[in-house]
Amino acid sequence: MTLGFYPGCSLKGSSREYAESVLAVAKAFDIQIQEIKDWNCCGATAAHSLNRELSLALPARVLSLAEKQGLTEIVVPCAACYGRLSSTQYELAKNPELKARVAEINGIEYNGTTTILNVIQMLDKYVTPKLEGRVVKPFEHKVACYYGCYLVRPHEVLNFDRVEEPQSMDSLMTKVGATPIDWAFKTECCGASLSISRTSSVGKLSGKIVGDAFDRGAEAIIVACPMCQSNLDMRRKEINEYLGKKIDIPVLYVTQALGLAIGLDRKSLGLQRHFVKVTV
Amino acid sequence: MSSDPHHSVISGLGGEIQEHTEVKVSHCYQCGKCSAGCPLSDEMDYPPSLIMRMLQTGNPELEEKVLRSFSIWVCLTCEMCYARCPMSIDIPKMMDYLREKAIKEKKTNPKAKQIISFHKSFLDSVRYTGKMYEVGFYADYKTRTLKILDDMMLVPPMMKRGKLRIIPEMIKDRSGIASIFRKTSKKK
Repeated sequence: MTLGFYPGCSLKGSSREYAESVLAVAKAFDIQIQEIKDWNCCGATAAHSLNRELSLALPARVLSLAEKQGLTEIVVPCAACYGRLSSTQYELAKNPELKARVAEINGIEYNGTTTILNVIQMLDKYVTPKLEGRVVKPFEHKVACYYGCYLVRPHEVLNFDRVEEPQSMDSLMTKVGATPIDWAFKTECCGASLSISRTSSVGKLSGKIVGDAFDRGAEAIIVACPMCQSNLDMRRKEINEYLGKKIDIPVLYVTQALGLAIGLDRKSLGLQRHFVKVTV
Repeated sequence: MSSDPHHSVISGLGGEIQEHTEVKVSHCYQCGKCSAGCPLSDEMDYPPSLIMRMLQTGNPELEEKVLRSFSIWVCLTCEMCYARCPMSIDIPKMMDYLREKAIKEKKTNPKAKQIISFHKSFLDSVRYTGKMYEVGFYADYKTRTLKILDDMMLVPPMMKRGKLRIIPEMIKDRSGIASIFRKTSKKK
């Protein structure tokens, strides 16, 4: 079976190490991955903030292309893209009139039959069952599993994990030898798309997250979203200014931590691309 | 809604929101959980629960204040308010409606200029390349906001880490994307 892959824009640019680590882990577990051909941006926060029809049409086009390519199941590692694609599928399934309108806008057939997986669901389905015996370098660190917003909310749409105090990533990290900590900011927002237009807010929100992880003894923060990673990593200067101290705990994608545990080399996981040096 | 006398349809902007989004502002009983959980309510002019109350009044002056508020733009759509609302009121969906309306009626809060420029530059990139092309986006955003120096320090380290793609990866079906933008920008 071939798993479709929607990288989204961040994974082709500033968060390319996320794509690298997803593909490296998939390869290590013989998961056949096929990128959706000629995909477009999901529209992200910009589209749903300014134009509702556009915010549905763009993700619907991506899902249509997957259908056309015969991909019945796709993985969407970016939590924000995962949210937009899932919300579109949910809204269009609920509202046939809207579904017809979007099909008319896009000029491509849309059925809404694609199964959309986030990265944790992909790992749980295709990697976890084969993990035993593969962990050669246990990731023996105290980790703060940070879920952010779009991996778990809105629950009505995603129906994934618990909306408060989710567990899936913690459980996965335990299986590769890590010790997840109890902390208070698992699902708080990092500031997301305000990173550029209102950097001070992001310094504050991301600062609270990094600060709490640090105070409770985390040696690494584990994420599954390129926006969360960028804000917690690339905005560390603003974070440290907000906190008034220098915190240098690294922020790893869940696929990077898992990749290290199964012995993949650091470069293939893109660890050299981080701003905060990955010392774990 | 006549079968539901406690939650009757209200007139004005609240009614309009309900008609377009199915979000019922009348369901709010002012518990304040949205404002307590909102990560940026302290930066808003009116926290989410107050926005709900202002809309419930049906007072045109208060509705105007909502449309012209900074709150609707600084809202991150993090979905925390919706997750915690005991009445399951989809406040983020309502915020999307208010933002779109504020733009359409040219009533955007002046403090939101940079946030709106970000969204517009983002969508322009998608319109022309099919994707969010980060370098082109940034150039466009800086032209709109004249924030030329902001974040320039990030460029060399991003280059060094291979995080900036200088040449955009263009979508092949550019006319298809252009057509989507054309059809969705036509106002009925």
